[in-house]
Amino acid sequence: MPDLTNLETHAHDVLVIGAGGAGLRAAIEAKAFGADVGLVCKSLLGKAHTVMAEGGVAAALGHVAPEDTWQVHFRDTMVGGKYLGNPRMAELHAKEAPDRVRELEAWGAVFDRTPDGRILQRPFGGHSYSRLAHVGDRTGLEMIRTLQDRAVALGIQVYMECTITQLISGADGVRGGFGYWRTTGRPVAFAAKAIVLATGGTGRAYEVTSNSWEYSGDGQALAYEAGAELIDMEFVQFHPTGMVWPPGVRGLLVTEAVRGEGGILRNAKGERFMWKYLPDERRAEYAETDEEAARWVTALSQGHETDARRPPELSTRDNVARAIYTEVKEGRGTQHGGVFLDISYLPAETVRRKLPSMYEQFKELADVDITRGPMEVGPTTHYAMGGIRVGAETGATTVPGLFAAGEVAAGLHGANRLGGNSLSDLLVFGARAGAAAARQASSKDAQPYLDPVQLQGANGALAAPLERPEGEDPYAIQRDLQEMMQRLVGIFRVEADLDEAIRQLAELRRRWQVVKATGGRAYNPGWNLVFELGNSLTVSEAIARSARQRTESRGAHSRLDYPASDDATWNGLNSVVTRAADGTMSVSATPLPQMSDELRSLLGGEH
Amino acid sequence: MPDAHLRVFRGDSSTEGRFEEFDVPVEEGMVVLDALHWIQGHAAPDLAVRWNCKAAKCGSCSAEVDGRPHLMCKTRLSDFDLEQTITVEPMRAFPLIRDLVTDVSWNYEVNKTIQPFTPPTDVPQEDWRWQQEDIERVQEYRKCIECFLCQDVCHVLRNHETERPFMGPRYLVRAAGLEMHPIDQADRREYLKDSGGIGFCNITKCCTEVCPEHIKITDNAIIPLKERVADAYYDPIGWAWRKLRGGDAESGARAELPVLQGNPPQTDEAPD
Repeated sequence: MPDLTNLETHAHDVLVIGAGGAGLRAAIEAKAFGADVGLVCKSLLGKAHTVMAEGGVAAALGHVAPEDTWQVHFRDTMVGGKYLGNPRMAELHAKEAPDRVRELEAWGAVFDRTPDGRILQRPFGGHSYSRLAHVGDRTGLEMIRTLQDRAVALGIQVYMECTITQLISGADGVRGGFGYWRTTGRPVAFAAKAIVLATGGTGRAYEVTSNSWEYSGDGQALAYEAGAELIDMEFVQFHPTGMVWPPGVRGLLVTEAVRGEGGILRNAKGERFMWKYLPDERRAEYAETDEEAARWVTALSQGHETDARRPPELSTRDNVARAIYTEVKEGRGTQHGGVFLDISYLPAETVRRKLPSMYEQFKELADVDITRGPMEVGPTTHYAMGGIRVGAETGATTVPGLFAAGEVAAGLHGANRLGGNSLSDLLVFGARAGAAAARQASSKDAQPYLDPVQLQGANGALAAPLERPEGEDPYAIQRDLQEMMQRLVGIFRVEADLDEAIRQLAELRRRWQVVKATGGRAYNPGWNLVFELGNSLTVSEAIARSARQRTESRGAHSRLDYPASDDATWNGLNSVVTRAADGTMSVSATPLPQMSDELRSLLGGEH
Repeated sequence: MPDAHLRVFRGDSSTEGRFEEFDVPVEEGMVVLDALHWIQGHAAPDLAVRWNCKAAKCGSCSAEVDGRPHLMCKTRLSDFDLEQTITVEPMRAFPLIRDLVTDVSWNYEVNKTIQPFTPPTDVPQEDWRWQQEDIERVQEYRKCIECFLCQDVCHVLRNHETERPFMGPRYLVRAAGLEMHPIDQADRREYLKDSGGIGFCNITKCCTEVCPEHIKITDNAIIPLKERVADAYYDPIGWAWRKLRGGDAESGARAELPVLQGNPPQTDEAPD
């Protein structure tokens, strides 16, 4: 183990951990407020999971539907989240998203255009109007490249391929982070007056996922270990449409834009099954017949207004995912355990223009020409609605000096996220967290002192898996974790399974504590996996315990033993996960922040 | 299905590299990256390989497969004769870090030298209007996922053919996206000619051939930029005309930018 007498240490006013959309946006804002900013990421700059976002960024610009306003966007977000979102966050998000999108354009983003030359917007599930600014089906790439180039232009210091394994704390809150360089394996420390976590989600805990290896819940686990609260962890979004065939691409995302452009879901018997899964209270918002849905698609593609209502495929993601799962479970699935998603009835040229990367993805990876025939799709683990509890205005966590934004933070999406709201989330709250962190940093004079005892502890934990003479391979434990979470804590949950999951997680953690990484320090992915696996175990336990506590079904959390929403007990209550004094995980519930009368009136007295 | 036989480069900059062979069980639709993941999970947990999205959207998993540059996440095993061994090596234009991972940091340094997007200061943003057909070319450039395969195969960079700096195809594409943006005000022609070394490209189109995003790098980005540079510096009539109109090569906002230094550091050749 290298000693720490010459530990490489960097000091910044604000340290941002994670360089996807939220981290980049936070860094840019903190820099604009005059802070000296360091930005750390596990991968190369510009490779973060934001590039996978396809369909668009939701903002009530009103370019396609002039009647769209922040008030409607607010209501859609709250309704989509089953009234469990933080109302103040939903309000700020809806009000500020248009400015954050226009700002991207001023920084060089080139969105698709309306006929009158403005930013074009497309419809998406759960959004009342055409609201998603987009670039074909590669909106996330456009956003991350724009933000990346902006950060470069501002001269922000970026530390690429650097894994943070522990936060360093003091009596006054967080003071920095400890980690190591992927390329050399050498330890490195960062001292900072304020830290923004923007590390993304948790999907790697599952076997079938649209998420990359980076999504191991690092930020959630780092914050939890530092004493922060996690909320809403039971709400894991299973995206309705992932690829199911061939096996190597199982789980890979098929953008909701396919349905936004008119894609039809059918089971193996050819039935358009979404008609029967529309919730009664929302049925009036959807077309009644195939003919009405077809008129809506035609009007969309020709850019004219229509009185036709949207197709049933544009129901919210939780609902569509359950519908597909149920169709397959009841024996109406395709040969490979999915359902059909068909856009091939539109002109081939339109499909290629509107969905170019889907066209390529299916052609190259599945030998399917989506302009000629249907795709096979099924649910895939996609997004964590839950995460670190933050203040709406600032992204401040419950630990002083520690902020969080983007998927790692919770609150905006409640029990279910609407498509397109994650990209607007990371812009709005990335900027807010960056500004708040810069303000916090400016209130402190001296660079914080990093406690050498904590640094030594972190350094020992870093080296331990390499120095153990023997132990289990981390990949084997990861496979077992993913298989178990998929089977026991998936789309439909039941108490006995959740109990079993919690028991098995304890056993997996015992195995993890004596894990062995073979090889050396330089760019060793097995060694890196050890730390990520520890984080995955922590967030998996938080998911399982929160899911067991919530004895009802709501949004993305579906309990077979409690199939209905239980408003008397659970409405307006968020699950909270904290680390108890003895190091065990404790779960409780807390009421939602109060809603102003103005916001309440926007929900039309529904809640 | 029979196993695939992979021959994978192992080693780092301080030791002599070698190839290790692995037999990998094949599933339908499997790509080279899946085979490497299987090797990590079952035979060589420390095998170094970059990857992220596994969907050809992030450009992380670039390598040379049987001597040809590929994104490994979209290179299917079924495209190879599985009776034969498939050789996987790191990109050769960049210094080796370990196994299949190379040091691509020079590319990020090039990016810092390009004048960023410069919108007009006298037109309010609410008045910005441009048509879809005016941006289709710019959107083509912006499809780039920064896999650096074009930089890897560019013979100017790969063979270190020049002592003077050359930004390479990736950054010519980026510059084209800025230069041809409908409202960008900066003028990067002097930079392209002098610092960027655009003249070193002799349009062999190797970059276009390997682009996983099918960007017509040479025809649609580099040649139009070369024409703009030629108009500015080698065409006296065009030069005089622009002087009269006021749009000469001095116009446009300029920020203090670092100057492009040299080419990627020399790399030790991987053994054959």
